[in-house]
Amino acid sequence: MVTPNTQLWEVFIRSRNGLAHKHVGSLHASDATLALQAARDIYTRRGEGLSIWVVPSNAITASDPAEKGMMFEPAESKIYRHPTFYEVPEEVGHM
Amino acid sequence: MAVSNIQVSETPLVLYTLRRADDALVLGHRLSEWCGHGPMLEEDMALANMGLDLLGQARELYSYAAKAEGGDNNEDGFAYLRDVRQYRNLLLLEQPNGDFAGTMVRQFFYSAFADLYWRAMIKSRDETLAAIAAKSEKESAYHLRHSSEWIIRLGDGTEESHARTQAAIDHLWAFTGEMFAVDEAERGLIDKGIAIDTVALRPLWLKTVSGVVAEATLALPTNEWMQQGGRSGRHSEHLGHLLSELQYMQRTFPGLTW
Repeated sequence: MVTPNTQLWEVFIRSRNGLAHKHVGSLHASDATLALQAARDIYTRRGEGLSIWVVPSNAITASDPAEKGMMFEPAESKIYRHPTFYEVPEEVGHM
Repeated sequence: MAVSNIQVSETPLVLYTLRRADDALVLGHRLSEWCGHGPMLEEDMALANMGLDLLGQARELYSYAAKAEGGDNNEDGFAYLRDVRQYRNLLLLEQPNGDFAGTMVRQFFYSAFADLYWRAMIKSRDETLAAIAAKSEKESAYHLRHSSEWIIRLGDGTEESHARTQAAIDHLWAFTGEMFAVDEAERGLIDKGIAIDTVALRPLWLKTVSGVVAEATLALPTNEWMQQGGRSGRHSEHLGHLLSELQYMQRTFPGLTW
């Protein structure tokens, strides 16, 4: 039997209040509802999540690895953009 | 077999608890048979997850049955050292997996019941059963959602998935009546507020099931005749085969541990 083409989805999990959703992996599902259920069953089995997003993989526009010189190298020489010249008090927590 | 069966003093509370524990163990074992054989990796995991939820419920219920009985029996004894005639599960749950549609219809029929059942049992006057109900209700609610979504997609899917799902509904329908049967032993517990009257759950169950089945463009059978027997140990031929696999290690190597 031929394996049917089921759509690929990217899964994002928010593990705690105050944190951002983070990409955890991908899965196959025929629609958004089943993708959400599959994400719950595959990626939150050990209590990892409070919230799940699923996004069709083909909805993501990705940068071209071949263009990484143009895209990212110009930023590397601009050390003054890093907030390394002052200290963040510990009480601030996640910024 | 080298090890003899345990004897169980089935007071109404012990019997009642064992019936629910056996439901969870037998269906959980059936789902575990899918492990590594699911139609896709995602669903393989989903089936195993549901199976583990049910195994967890079975363990808590067996432990409580052991405590309620007050003898030497424990959860392992209940699971591994009772024969077919001592098992008290619903006939529906021991039916073989069949195809994926068959497994989903069985899960759907039972979860639609279990969801209502556990939600009502949260109000049980028996504190342990009420606590088990509070935990199980969330699991059953998800099992119902998951199986409902599949029934809708299978029924309203291709010609073949529709035919297979309808065939499973027609085949399993006669096993659904047993979920709502109440006998003398249960009647006494209902009067004490320990158990709930499942007869009253049937209209609600039928409403849930009819809604999903209609959305799936499927139809419920009209026959009223229902199979019974599981609650008193009269099982179909399938349970013996299931137990021979489930119990093989403990029967062959008594007291074996991991």
